[in-house]
Amino acid sequence: MAAAHRQHKRRRLSPSPAPFDSLADELLFLVLDRVAAADPRALKSFALASRACHAAESRHRRILRPLRADLLPAALTRYPSVSRLDLSLCARVPDAALAAVPSSGSSPLRAVNLSRSSGFGAAGVAALARACPGLADLDLSNGVHLGDAAAAEVARMRKLQRLSLSRCKQVTDMGLGCVAVGCTDLRDLSLKWCIGITDLGLNLLALKCNKLTTLDLSYTMITKESLLSIIKLPNLQVLILVGCIGIDDDALASLEKEYSKSLQVLDMSHCQNVTDVGVSSIVKSIPNLLELNLSYCCPVTPSMVRSLHKISKLQTLKLEGCKFMADGLKAIGSSCVSIRELSLSKSAGVTDTELSFAVSKLKNLLKLDITCCRNITDVSVVSITRSCTSLISLRMESCSHVSSGALQLIGKHCSQLEELDLTDSDLDDEGLKALTGCTNLSSLKIGICLSISDEGLTHIGKSCPKLRDIDLYRCGGISDDGVIQIAKGCPMLESINLSYCTEVTDRSLMSLSKCTNLNTLEVRGCPRVSSAGLSEIAMGCRLLSKLDIKKCFEINDVGMLYLSQFSHGLRQINLSYCSVTDIGLLSLSSICGLQNMTIVHLAGITPNGLIAALMVCGGLTKVKLHEAFKSMMPPHMLKNVETRGCRFQWINKPFKVEVEPCDVWKQQSQDVLVR
Amino acid sequence: MASGTATNADPDQQTVRSNSVEQFYFPRPGQSLPGIPPFFGPPSSSLYLANDNEAKVGNQLEPNPSQSTDWDPQAIVSNLTFLEQKIKQVKDVVQSMSNRENQVASGSCEVAAKQQLITADLTSIIIQLITTAGSLLPSMKNPLSSNPAVRQLSNTLGSPMGFGMNANQRPSVDSKTDIPDIGKASGYEELINSLNTTQDERDELIKGPNPCGGEGSEPTPMEDHDVKESDDGDHEGENLPPGSYVVLQLEKEEILAPHTHFCLICGKGFKRDANLRMHMRGHGDEYKTAAALAKPTRDSGSDHAPVTRYSCPFVGCKRNKEHKKFQPLKTILCVKNHYKRSHCDKSYTCSRCNTKKFSVIADLKTHEKHCGRDKWLCSCGTTFSRKDKLFGHVALFQGHTPALPMDDVKVSEASEQQQGSEPMNEISRSMGCFPCSSSDGISNLDMKMADDVRGYYSPMSFDPCFGALDDFTRPGFDISEDPFSFLPSGCTSNNETSRVNKGSNVPPLGLWKWTETLSDFSH
Repeated sequence: MAAAHRQHKRRRLSPSPAPFDSLADELLFLVLDRVAAADPRALKSFALASRACHAAESRHRRILRPLRADLLPAALTRYPSVSRLDLSLCARVPDAALAAVPSSGSSPLRAVNLSRSSGFGAAGVAALARACPGLADLDLSNGVHLGDAAAAEVARMRKLQRLSLSRCKQVTDMGLGCVAVGCTDLRDLSLKWCIGITDLGLNLLALKCNKLTTLDLSYTMITKESLLSIIKLPNLQVLILVGCIGIDDDALASLEKEYSKSLQVLDMSHCQNVTDVGVSSIVKSIPNLLELNLSYCCPVTPSMVRSLHKISKLQTLKLEGCKFMADGLKAIGSSCVSIRELSLSKSAGVTDTELSFAVSKLKNLLKLDITCCRNITDVSVVSITRSCTSLISLRMESCSHVSSGALQLIGKHCSQLEELDLTDSDLDDEGLKALTGCTNLSSLKIGICLSISDEGLTHIGKSCPKLRDIDLYRCGGISDDGVIQIAKGCPMLESINLSYCTEVTDRSLMSLSKCTNLNTLEVRGCPRVSSAGLSEIAMGCRLLSKLDIKKCFEINDVGMLYLSQFSHGLRQINLSYCSVTDIGLLSLSSICGLQNMTIVHLAGITPNGLIAALMVCGGLTKVKLHEAFKSMMPPHMLKNVETRGCRFQWINKPFKVEVEPCDVWKQQSQDVLVR
Repeated sequence: MASGTATNADPDQQTVRSNSVEQFYFPRPGQSLPGIPPFFGPPSSSLYLANDNEAKVGNQLEPNPSQSTDWDPQAIVSNLTFLEQKIKQVKDVVQSMSNRENQVASGSCEVAAKQQLITADLTSIIIQLITTAGSLLPSMKNPLSSNPAVRQLSNTLGSPMGFGMNANQRPSVDSKTDIPDIGKASGYEELINSLNTTQDERDELIKGPNPCGGEGSEPTPMEDHDVKESDDGDHEGENLPPGSYVVLQLEKEEILAPHTHFCLICGKGFKRDANLRMHMRGHGDEYKTAAALAKPTRDSGSDHAPVTRYSCPFVGCKRNKEHKKFQPLKTILCVKNHYKRSHCDKSYTCSRCNTKKFSVIADLKTHEKHCGRDKWLCSCGTTFSRKDKLFGHVALFQGHTPALPMDDVKVSEASEQQQGSEPMNEISRSMGCFPCSSSDGISNLDMKMADDVRGYYSPMSFDPCFGALDDFTRPGFDISEDPFSFLPSGCTSNNETSRVNKGSNVPPLGLWKWTETLSDFSH
């Protein structure tokens, strides 16, 4: 990639007026693809090099994510080959903006994402349908103002294959009927939270759109009247029925005679009217299922689990928040021998003996989630580590009865681990040392492990080069040295959480600034971090998008100036309790992609400065402010900001500077749990 | 005088005589005697069952009407046996006739002679029965001409067959002229005598039509044939196995007759038996008894009664028994509604939409209840009163989509003036099965059309401006897929848009689009 870079530079310097004439577009695009993969910002500098580079880059670009909807026509003119238009950064997309999309018969635009945008209606959708007749993918999620008229316009896009109408609560059967008749090519449809839709519309959908492979009907009013016709869809592979109160045992029993060969994924979590009887009856209808999600759905009885025996290919079983009856978990071990992924998080009734028996049979298990199974002890961990040696993901947050000795077994036996969550456990440096065998580890969550120190982190830094995500929340025992070891050893680090690690100073941030892929940094409650460290981060980690510096009292306007200068990708920032003033806030607001700000308890912020910043920052979608500001700011200004698509959340928390030590906090949290 | 009464009623019979015996049967279908073939059933049953318990009383008077004050059970029994024998005789004759008819097509004159014989026999049986019935009445005990009961009776006797015939053809009631006649009659004996004297006359009258050949005799073999057919199991009954029911076929006139129940005394017609019974109370105390007012019990004969089904007289109709896939009609009401709906003019027009026509008035009333209130609209312009009906329709027809009311789409319409060109064959697909240039084809469809939708969706009245365009002003249509796809591209131009916007009386855009379309066509 570096070679490619050099080549471009050489070509740029060559005297030829058209440096890319000799290079075929296909080859050039391959080069540019690789350059972009290495550094997302490289293309921008490439485009600025010369006219030819600019033109080449314009032809190359396939995905467009504009910051301002009003510039959409210009952007689409510049990038004629764009096939995906992602408007998720434009909080407000008025109808006029969509109407300005240049309409041409052969528009290459295939996908449009309007899921985060508001302000458009049926007219905008109609304009889009006219401009891009070949649109195949449209995301209208969260269009709470879109009604049947908009759906009728969607129906004009005949080639639509993927459509999301999630939370379009005003769409009724009439709108769905239009879509069903118009977009017969649909493969993937989400009707989540479309509470206006009933069986009538769904039956029509099932009749007209028989190419559907993925259907999300979560939280809709579907009942047994249409479930049958939906199950009969010949190509349906994924069916999501989360929180469908109309689905009950009766509805599932009515499918007895039918069966779907194609269905692979069924999600019935939060279906509160389904019991083990209903699950047992539907199992016969779905012989080829790969994934079954029954979280928060029904009690797990041995007979129900034994019925799962009929699904011979089942790979994933999610039983989060379920109540396990006696021998229910054991039956999983004997009946579901093929499963690769098992989730038992937050389930009641998971005991050592049953879990040990189950995992001893499930030798092929790749992913295991036993989060918050508070009753399990070392016995379970021993049998897990003994039989499931090929685990790549183990999540056992808040399994507080497991001893540090048992945790060492994890690292020793499960060397394939890529994801490990030991939050809130007795993990110590020995346990971390044992993880040195897990060289593939990419995500490590060891928050609230008070016993770990820099020594343990040094082991991780030395042996886990692929680490991308590390969570050290409230690890009171660590300091700069440990973080420096991580930063050195894990160059691919993308996300680090150092919140309330009170010993951490600017030295940590300086070392972390070498991790160029870092996009998320949380240093909340680290009072020794200052603007100096932040400025290093801003200059080094140019991809930074999420930053939490709450209660970093030392950080002031200087840090903000650096951020505004270098961190153009910043999307989300929490500034509460910092020493930032109006000046810092104003400079910060020049980051046009900023969407999310939390500005509570800042002594240096005045209402005028705040309103100025809000007016400048056009892309804001959510701002948390102290309630006191509500009365101090001119209402029409707030109204103006709100109409641009920004929502205000007024916080009324007491001002509280001091940070309690980690051990005190842990004790308090456990007291809450006991109570 | 009494003969005058009898002749008074005779014209009725003459008008009726061409009707088949089935007609006889028609008025009281529920009262057919089980086991008796329809041909014989009606005359006896309609009399016997009409006043059942009175028959027992009155019969005892019968043997010698002149000694009417006493009644002799012995005599009645012998009388009844005589009747029985007589009936059997006739039955045998008819059966032999039908058998022969099946074997060889026998000479028509021979048949005619036999038929005369049968008719004569039947008439005498009827007379006998009537006299018996007459003697039943308690008022017979005091033979007074002034007694209203006698008057009623004389009416009954005067038109012995009237109650069984389609009395709708009768002049309303002739009792007024009757009353003086009867009043002059000296007594019951005289009455009976007059009846007897008129008998010959009547015989002739009844015989009269029969010799006139084929058409007169036609119904009888038909009915016979019917019974046999169902016995043979030639029918394809839908629910019932063929042969398990008797097929009856009413004539057109009977079907269209407004009344089906007739007062035996005054001849007034009623639609319901219950109404008739209420009416009968006015004719005397004897009709006020609980037994007379009670609903005629059907189960008296239902143990053996064959299930009855009906055939439509329209030849070629699926409901006609000659049809290959004959599907019988269940009740007389079904026959009436079927015949009116399928084979009659639709003479009732909806006063609201002036389009929908019905032949059954109940259908019109049902329609009028929600005419113009249909809010579920299809892209083809059809409206429905219920959402599930619309969705059933959309599911059935390719390319039809649910359409939204104009208020909802107005916003989106505003930006819709420009039009992309699409191939012409798109028309046929998106338009479905109806032509877009004329509404003739539409009205043929058995659907509710949206002609009234205009009024529904736009409160303003455009009739002065667009009166001529009634057929085209179907808003909602254009909500469907590319309503203009049949227009050459570019025919809706920008100046039209501006015209729309400038218009002082701006109708819903959908309307404008149609008018624009029209003007484009007319250029």
